[in-house]
Amino acid sequence: MNSIVIWTIVILAGLGLLLAVVLFLIAEKFKVEEDPRIEQIEKTLPGANCGGCGYAGCHAFADTAVKASDLSAHFCPVGGNEVMKKVADILGYKVEEKAPQVAVLRCNGSCAVRPKVNVYDGALSCRVKAALYSGDTGCSFGCLGCGDCVAACEFGALSMDAETGLPVVDEAKCVACGKCVKACPKALIELRAKGPRGMREFVSCRNQDKGPAARKACANACIGCGICVKTCTHDAITLENNIAYIDFAKCKLCRECEAMCPTGAIHGVNFPKPLDRDGIKARVAARNAAAKAAAQGGDGSAVNSATATHEPAQKTSVDGTAVSAATESVKKEVSNE
Amino acid sequence: MSKITFAIGGVHPDDAKLARGCAIEVLPLPQTMYVSMAQHLGAPAKPIVAVGDKVKTGQVIAEPGGFISAFVHAPASGTVKSIAPRKDLAGNNVMHVEIAVEGDEWVEGVDLSDTLVTEIPEDRAAILDKIKACGVVGLGGATFPTHVKLNPAPGSVAECLILNGAECEPYLTSDYRIMLERTKEIIVGAAIMQKVLGGCRTVIGIEENKPEAIEAMGKALATLPYKGIEVLPLKKKYPQGGEKQLIQAVMHREVGSGGLPISVGAVVQNVATSLAVYEAVQKNKPLITNTLTITGNCLPVERQHNYLFRIGMPLSYIAEYAGGVPEGAAKLVSGGPMMGRAIANLDAATVKGSSSILYLSEASTRRGQESLCIRCGRCADACPMGLEPFLLRRLYAAGDLEALEKNAVQDCIECGCCLYSCPAYIPLLDHIRQAKGQVMAAIRARAAAQKSNTKQ
Repeated sequence: MNSIVIWTIVILAGLGLLLAVVLFLIAEKFKVEEDPRIEQIEKTLPGANCGGCGYAGCHAFADTAVKASDLSAHFCPVGGNEVMKKVADILGYKVEEKAPQVAVLRCNGSCAVRPKVNVYDGALSCRVKAALYSGDTGCSFGCLGCGDCVAACEFGALSMDAETGLPVVDEAKCVACGKCVKACPKALIELRAKGPRGMREFVSCRNQDKGPAARKACANACIGCGICVKTCTHDAITLENNIAYIDFAKCKLCRECEAMCPTGAIHGVNFPKPLDRDGIKARVAARNAAAKAAAQGGDGSAVNSATATHEPAQKTSVDGTAVSAATESVKKEVSNE
Repeated sequence: MSKITFAIGGVHPDDAKLARGCAIEVLPLPQTMYVSMAQHLGAPAKPIVAVGDKVKTGQVIAEPGGFISAFVHAPASGTVKSIAPRKDLAGNNVMHVEIAVEGDEWVEGVDLSDTLVTEIPEDRAAILDKIKACGVVGLGGATFPTHVKLNPAPGSVAECLILNGAECEPYLTSDYRIMLERTKEIIVGAAIMQKVLGGCRTVIGIEENKPEAIEAMGKALATLPYKGIEVLPLKKKYPQGGEKQLIQAVMHREVGSGGLPISVGAVVQNVATSLAVYEAVQKNKPLITNTLTITGNCLPVERQHNYLFRIGMPLSYIAEYAGGVPEGAAKLVSGGPMMGRAIANLDAATVKGSSSILYLSEASTRRGQESLCIRCGRCADACPMGLEPFLLRRLYAAGDLEALEKNAVQDCIECGCCLYSCPAYIPLLDHIRQAKGQVMAAIRARAAAQKSNTKQ
């Protein structure tokens, strides 16, 4: 009886040993040589496998990064500059620092300002809703409120505000992976540079209808009036298809556009002080008045000189003063008056 | 009772053809009309008129924007007031040409008389050119340009032309009325298409809940000199008027997954399209009118109508003319209750494919509270394409495009039978339509990649 047990153990152990040796030899023979840096990079990466970098996951990122000749096509939005620096050190490449980004919602049509005009009765999904029609409000560009972006976020950074019916971004949790951007059928979410101490200005609307139609649909809509474009002294705002857009790179965060916007479509966030709307309005109005007076002087002189001397168009400097000799006298007349 | 129908699936909603007794009335012209540039399948048309131009009724105002596209004509004479985006019935911006109507002065060369022209031109190419020039598109719902469909790719032979007079959607009666009132014109139109396709067998399929139309068609056929055209009464079952379902019922052939009807030798055209073909070829009259039903379960029968409308009349104008939106109307639908689209914007203009304004009551439209799938399989029983809607929905939720394609989500005809039959009120079609869109996009991308590979 005992001998059977012993023999069994001996045979099984011997078999195990034999197979282990065979497996070891096979593994040695058919070993796949993988660049050790891939594993190193993968360990450095956050391991979220979110696909925010544009690759299938962290391993694919590491694999392609090792094969690439520089890191221009690689950026891990979750790890940010810190992780990218480590990756660059491993590979011996240089990497440019990127400004950290955050998702911002380009719609501020809350339930209070954007009245519902019909009842949606279909499946609760923005994609389904967008495929059927323009939505249950008069605005065919705005947030549909079914929360596809919330469902897409793997970091819990998005939630629906029951009161406004709009999604809210938790800046502390948002890693700017861009999944919500892809999920939104109305393309309302933009990845925007976070800004110094999180301060940033953006137009929170994408309504491309003409002013009256946009206003009728939503009290907070950008009506394409262009006041912000005229107000901005940094040339940061462009107006296209009845919608303003602030270029973050040019914006100096002066908040003048925000104060001057008649509908409140421009949002400023994380500023330490509340917006001094009246103060800025007064400042802008004074500047405009001064510019207008100067421009009138310049214009009048141009007309006078043109009629008097038939000279070609005058060169005028930025503040409106004419530079040709003929206008100097006219300018004096104006100032004498 | 006819037993001719498609083999699997289908549902039996109440046909509610309330406006069946209402003769077609001609609507007077409104002051302003808005002609959409995207009222056919394929690329939008390109406007060729400018603001301020004077146009005559039937004048070309837009040219096709691609191979699958169509001409668009002025529905009345007047001045072009604007060419700008305007909201369609779903509330989305679409390019429209606005015409301030000043009268009804037609372009030259159009035969406006009622005389029936039975002699068919000999030249096949000339017929196709006329159909194209008159902007004829399929009026059964899909608005696919007719000249493209009547000109199958070389190598494929049309064995049977099926004229779709099933009108299986509840409530709609516009096809029924034209089958009664324009019977002979429809048959001549069918004979023209038969000739273009090389003289194949022609079947006019009509659901048997329209015995008057079946009888009228049979009588008219006897008086006309055409050969090889027959009337076939079909069983009343939704979606009998679906292209693939009709082919199965008439020819006992199944169109393969991803295939076109012509792959089994079939061409299907709606009876309204046939009428438009008649008017285009025999009368030189472009497609600027169509028939539309004003009906619904909260509209008194005496206020229901079948109207001959000019394409471009605002829906609100027609609704006002018919006495306004009735009390108790919770949902307005353009098209039938099964496949029609809800009207989110009544100011939208009518398009070539407009077939109804349907007023439905709250009780008949509100969806029930969604609950869990109990795997009863009713949706799979109802699906006329033999799909498993419950499975497709689950696969879509899991985002498994590969499995969706294997389970043929791309074959869904969006008839709505699954949603209609689901006892748990699960919005099956809403999800399946999304899945279908994504799978179709993936298939197209793959085909494009393959094409560029073979080129290299």
